[in-house]
Amino acid sequence: MSSLLEARDLVKHFPLKGIRAWLSAMGGGARPAVRAVDGISLRLAPGETLGLVGESGCGKSTVARCLLRLIEPSAGRILFDRTDLSALPDEPLRRLRRDLQMVFQDPNASLNPRLTVRRTVDEPLRLHTTLTTAERQDAVREVLDRVGLGPELLHRYPHELSGGQRQRVNIARAIATRPRFVILDEPTSALDVSLRAKIILLLDDLRTRLGMTYLFISHDLATVKYLAHRVAVMYLGTIVEEAPTRELFSKPLHPYTRALLSAIPIPDPDAKRERLILAGEVPSPIDIPTGCRLRTRCPLAQPVCAEPVGLREVTPNHFVACHLV
Amino acid sequence: MTPLLEIRDLAVHFAADEGRVEAVDGISLTVRRGEILGLVGESGSGKSVTALAVLRLIRPPGRIVRGSIRFDGRELLDLSEEAMRHVRGSQIAMIFQSPRTALNPVLPVGRQIARLFELHRGCSGHEAWQRTLEILRLVGIPEPERRASQYAHQLSGGMCQRVMIAMAVATEPRLLLADEPTTGLDVSIAAQILDLLRELGRRTGASMVLITHDLGVVAGVCDRVAVMHAGQLVECSDVHGLFKHPAHPYTRALVRSIPRVDREVTMEPIPGAVPSVLEPPPGCRYADRCPWVIDRCREVKPELLPLEHDHEVACHAVEPSNVVPARS
Repeated sequence: MSSLLEARDLVKHFPLKGIRAWLSAMGGGARPAVRAVDGISLRLAPGETLGLVGESGCGKSTVARCLLRLIEPSAGRILFDRTDLSALPDEPLRRLRRDLQMVFQDPNASLNPRLTVRRTVDEPLRLHTTLTTAERQDAVREVLDRVGLGPELLHRYPHELSGGQRQRVNIARAIATRPRFVILDEPTSALDVSLRAKIILLLDDLRTRLGMTYLFISHDLATVKYLAHRVAVMYLGTIVEEAPTRELFSKPLHPYTRALLSAIPIPDPDAKRERLILAGEVPSPIDIPTGCRLRTRCPLAQPVCAEPVGLREVTPNHFVACHLV
Repeated sequence: MTPLLEIRDLAVHFAADEGRVEAVDGISLTVRRGEILGLVGESGSGKSVTALAVLRLIRPPGRIVRGSIRFDGRELLDLSEEAMRHVRGSQIAMIFQSPRTALNPVLPVGRQIARLFELHRGCSGHEAWQRTLEILRLVGIPEPERRASQYAHQLSGGMCQRVMIAMAVATEPRLLLADEPTTGLDVSIAAQILDLLRELGRRTGASMVLITHDLGVVAGVCDRVAVMHAGQLVECSDVHGLFKHPAHPYTRALVRSIPRVDREVTMEPIPGAVPSVLEPPPGCRYADRCPWVIDRCREVKPELLPLEHDHEVACHAVEPSNVVPARS
């Protein structure tokens, strides 16, 4: 399978600063760091949507930022269409940006309040294309039309738009340069139920029409189920399970995935479900348990879980990092 | 036995520069003893305003323009501010949506709870502290001695919500108003919080109004459900009836619009957008989005009428015969 984007052993550590870090280093210990992303590998085929799910603090947004090199990864390689992004100097990277775009979570915070809709969507075109002013004007109208916004909104400011309209502007900005790869970082979590459905359908429609590839980051498994072809589940900086969507939802294998799925409220009062409950809360990414990272919370944990565990393929295309599977 | 809370024809309006915002448009609702009632709707449907009205916490430019709110047979809208304060402190408590902003950032969380015991239960300082540790343990906070002396910013979101719940149940209220208590929390933490709320309800016999936009939460926790749309109550039913035979076109659309993990279904967005409640036209506010709309819908606001046992709907187009089971 040829891949459009591939990450190999991606690592991002944020070294701690301040008195505690200094004391620990003086005491001969390792310099403490927040191990936000701790060796993950991903492959995305052209035209597919990979869902990356996990709870707050598991490192999914850090992965996104590393992939686009909005922050520099500590180690690992990122290949985009056979170009090694991780080693690319600034100028060629900047030229590639038109192919690598992102839709951010908070539609309010990610729009510049001083720019009209027209200027917001025009900016990537101005920076990354050689279109003339007149051509860009047409392109802005066209892309707004694609996301379901009429030309009457061109001269509005973000505060004059509804939440759903703002997120559509964000999507329009991201797809304006016809990127081949788009990261969607929780694009619907700030939206109401009825809007959420509309935005999900819009995103899926845009992907098929424009032939884009998505990395869809979310903690909302129901939405992921709808949009993604494959799903990777993250916990404390690593991937614990990866499988085609249908398989992951029908046969989840990792206890973490099973716990996540069993915790989702289902709109059916008669649903009988087996709950797998994890103890306590996620440990700090500064102080990650040795061996399996889930073992301090896992109801199934055994002594063997203190040994390190890596992803392995248990059935075709279904990868799990668990000693007990 | 009278219901614990009985709201009749409640209307709350806000005065804005552009005109009158009719946030709650004459809703009637009862909460029975010991039950959990889900209040469902999208942003701006008037759920939170209804809860604030029950506590009489609507501040100008907002105003309760008409209606009656009877709590345990007593009319709350006639009480003096002094008496109302007593009701708020010890009979009806509220859990807010964003716990970190609802907690006082410059006071250790334990002190905030202890103050309730001192003010509303007349406890001495030492006794109040002991009871604080007890209640923190009850809501599942490990190491309560250490946590009690910490500040809100030192606790995780889930912990903050547990502290909020501890504060709400500290004075053993008979009615808990929980406004989106799990929104913004991770799924596994949210599930823990819902389990806790249900367990507390069972243990204390308190009634609860759970405000949420998540139908999954409703199905898992509530006994009855009331659905609101743009300030109007459109349907009220026991939870099984609502999911088996959703009657109002809005409820039906809402059920179909959510992506589901438990079955393979297509997702159909609700047509149109939530209408403005700024001096809205008379009649049903769902009319412009409704596939079943008839002329009468735009002229007369439909009354909430019984459809089957414990199931009421406000719709001119619905009759018992045309309520078909939800797809399953």
